[in-house]
Amino acid sequence: MQHRYIPMTETDRDEMMKTIGITSVDELFEDIPEKVRFKGEYNIKKAKSETSLTKELSKLAAKNADARTYASFLGAGVYDHYKPIIVDHVISRSEFYTAYTPYQPEISQGELQAIFEFQTMICELTGMDLANSSMYDGGTALAEAGTLASGHTRRKKLLVSETVNPESRDVVLSYATGQYIEVVTIPQKDGVTDMAKLEEMMDEDTAAVLVQYPNFFGQIEDIQTIGEIAHAKGGLFVVSSNPLALGILTPPGKLGADITVGDAQPFGIPESFGGPHCGYFAVTKKLMRKVPGRLVGETTDDEGRRGYVLTLQAREQHIRRDKATSNICSNQALNALAASVAMTALGKVGAQEIAYQNIVKTRYAKETFEKAGFNVKFSGSHFNEIVVDCKQSVKEVNTRLFAKGIIGGYDLGLTYPEFANHALIAVTEQRTKEEIDALVQEMEALHA
Amino acid sequence: MHKDNQALIFEITREGRIGYSLPELDVPELDLSDLLPKGFVREEVAELPEVSELDIMRHYTALSNRNHGIDSGFYPLGSCTMKYNPKINESVARYPGFANIHPLQDESTVQGALEVLYDLQEHLVEITGMDEVTLQPAAGAHGEWTALMMIRAFHEANGDFKRTKVLVPDSAHGTNPASATVAGFDTITVKSGEDGLVDLEDLKRHVGDDTAALMLTNPNTLGLFEEEILEMAEIVHAAGGKLYYDGANLNAVMSKARPGDMGFDAVHLNLHKTFTGPHGGGGPGSGPVGVKKDLIPFLPKPVLVKKDEVYTFEYNLPQSIGRVKPFYGNFGIYLRAYTYIRSMGPDGLKAVTEYAVLNANYMMRRLEPHFDLPYNRHCKHEFVLSGRRQKKLGVRTLDMAKRLLDFGYHPPTIYFPLNVEEGMMIEPTETESKETLDAFCDALIQIAKEVEENPEIVQNAPHTTVINRLDETKAARFPVLRYTKA
Repeated sequence: MQHRYIPMTETDRDEMMKTIGITSVDELFEDIPEKVRFKGEYNIKKAKSETSLTKELSKLAAKNADARTYASFLGAGVYDHYKPIIVDHVISRSEFYTAYTPYQPEISQGELQAIFEFQTMICELTGMDLANSSMYDGGTALAEAGTLASGHTRRKKLLVSETVNPESRDVVLSYATGQYIEVVTIPQKDGVTDMAKLEEMMDEDTAAVLVQYPNFFGQIEDIQTIGEIAHAKGGLFVVSSNPLALGILTPPGKLGADITVGDAQPFGIPESFGGPHCGYFAVTKKLMRKVPGRLVGETTDDEGRRGYVLTLQAREQHIRRDKATSNICSNQALNALAASVAMTALGKVGAQEIAYQNIVKTRYAKETFEKAGFNVKFSGSHFNEIVVDCKQSVKEVNTRLFAKGIIGGYDLGLTYPEFANHALIAVTEQRTKEEIDALVQEMEALHA
Repeated sequence: MHKDNQALIFEITREGRIGYSLPELDVPELDLSDLLPKGFVREEVAELPEVSELDIMRHYTALSNRNHGIDSGFYPLGSCTMKYNPKINESVARYPGFANIHPLQDESTVQGALEVLYDLQEHLVEITGMDEVTLQPAAGAHGEWTALMMIRAFHEANGDFKRTKVLVPDSAHGTNPASATVAGFDTITVKSGEDGLVDLEDLKRHVGDDTAALMLTNPNTLGLFEEEILEMAEIVHAAGGKLYYDGANLNAVMSKARPGDMGFDAVHLNLHKTFTGPHGGGGPGSGPVGVKKDLIPFLPKPVLVKKDEVYTFEYNLPQSIGRVKPFYGNFGIYLRAYTYIRSMGPDGLKAVTEYAVLNANYMMRRLEPHFDLPYNRHCKHEFVLSGRRQKKLGVRTLDMAKRLLDFGYHPPTIYFPLNVEEGMMIEPTETESKETLDAFCDALIQIAKEVEENPEIVQNAPHTTVINRLDETKAARFPVLRYTKA
């Protein structure tokens, strides 16, 4: 058969078989034992032409309600933010997206330098000393932070705040189980980590305290105090942080974090039904040689020209094999590039402005809900998210909102039974005043 | 190309320039000090670049020109399956109904996306010969770990807690032993025999009632099919262990042999290798895992269910190993793999493997007179040459790899697998033309000649790249991992 992705002609094939000394391609598969040889063809759908396939897949795509058509108030770890159009143009350059990991630095300087710049931008936002080239996502980055802390401190317990994203907490638990590490949840109180409980629970068997900043409820935790409590007993302090918020918030690096992780999805990466996104992993200098994944470092060639290479590879699986502390190999390089372009486009001023817009818009939503008589939980500061008491099933509310062109908030009762009938509503700079007003009005109408 | 320092984005920044266009702020402005607690507004601003949109485009265009991708030229990087990344895949992944949907939307509003997930799973079940597939793992190594956690949960559910060892052949990918460690196992290395295949006697020596699993790549990293696979399966199964298939080399056996029929209990696939999700300069990938019946209860959460033409996620899975990743995996990569599979169909996938293998054998025979070929038999999708002969003349495989850069090629994987001295692992894939294969072979043959006649030109290569060989020792001894303003 001839296919547009397979250039060989019959003549090519015959010439090649002659060079090999075979008369049929089947001879090349004779080492597969008869008993396991698969005969015939897979029972899968027949090939489709470009035109019919794009037609079919466009129809499937159109079955989904997207954030361009609907006003979405879903957040909970994945956000609809401004995506500078230039981002997609840069990452569509196929010298980037069709390359493998930059193992040959002489012909991979573009990717290596882009990662070096990414590492720098993550350091700037988080206030940490160094950052790696990316992780799968925020959840697995947090999980690897936990296992790193356990290995570093030789302690087998992690304290994780209940205000950390529940999906991420689940991933932390799975990874910890792999390495026989115990995970204990610090309860929340008034939407933030319960400090009294934390002080009680923190002990000399605890490898690290893991918190989120801003937390799952959109609250700004007092991470400085939490860090002090963790350090007082010799544990590490791990902060999971939305990097977009760090355009304005004091960075975790300045507040005592040993490891800061998170997801760079808010910077130019589409929601894409949950992935691929882009985990980041940043640490203080003392943990440099324990960082999972790839690191890019600056060096020179024999003529003194500046260049970039993958470095400190003695940490990694392909060198250390079973002694490696992480098995990560593929990362999210292309999405790290996307995030870099978005961080560059926003730049020094835009990064502050976008964070500011998110804060004031969230505040506006909070006040509008309150004016309409809703109880908005928690008195602290909010970033992106507020918890609204719907006084009825969130699922039902959302079904009604959907009919009005609105995708409602996250049903908090699904993961926090004490907040049944509460919606976690996310407001980004993408939501207009009009959309926020409409959301409140529609919910009010349901209420009445 | 100019051999000059390429400016960093931070070095072209000018105070006051902007590259963004944020939505108009349509709510009342407020003072930050009223909105955030004291001490939580940053004092030092993050020093991100200040550049115009054209500055950004020129900067990244310059960087892309300093990067080699498959679209730039031949990329025979062994074990990585650097085949053409079809453009239709990129278009489909960007459809608004796929790119701009939120993972926590009500299932009724994302039925199109769920249908893609489900149908992709069905296709992968058939391709692997397994009973069920989870798409969630984010990459191959993540898939290995996920499957090993399931195998561990399986043994523990049987009250069997002494199975602490995972057997891994010496030719295995580095991720195999690392994944075993991260899943809480000890790794035992099984030797390869003179023929490059797993030494059955050594396997028997190590297998026992403490064996959790054997991890195997088939064809292995030498590109050789493990012919005694059924015997191996029997040995491991008889001892109560599970058999794990590293699917990195699936491109070699599609429509020819299925892991499920070879006795494997679990398998991971690299959608970014065999199924053309682009490598993206290192990721994102996708590493779905297929399993046989008795591992199904341990699949990660959630599991996608189809009932009366409606797709839903099931979370109530008491024996599940839990979540391995937030949400449902790298959906954007599934779209690309699914589009690819649907573009190829059953006859297309068969042709993929036949040409991938034909191309590798053709190159191997063309290069055989000029290099040592430690395992001289038909290979599968890749083969490994040894640079022993050239090393005796003072030229190392690394030098030859660097010399290939001057010819415009990405070099093969080198010094892997570990059981070949001065190894050079070549995987052409099926998407290359005979002219390309010939031109690459001609270049490598010329380099072999240069090694004999003019070794310096090889030893000092590359000569035409934007930069010469870089000082990696310096990079590791004095790490500079971020830009700092002078």
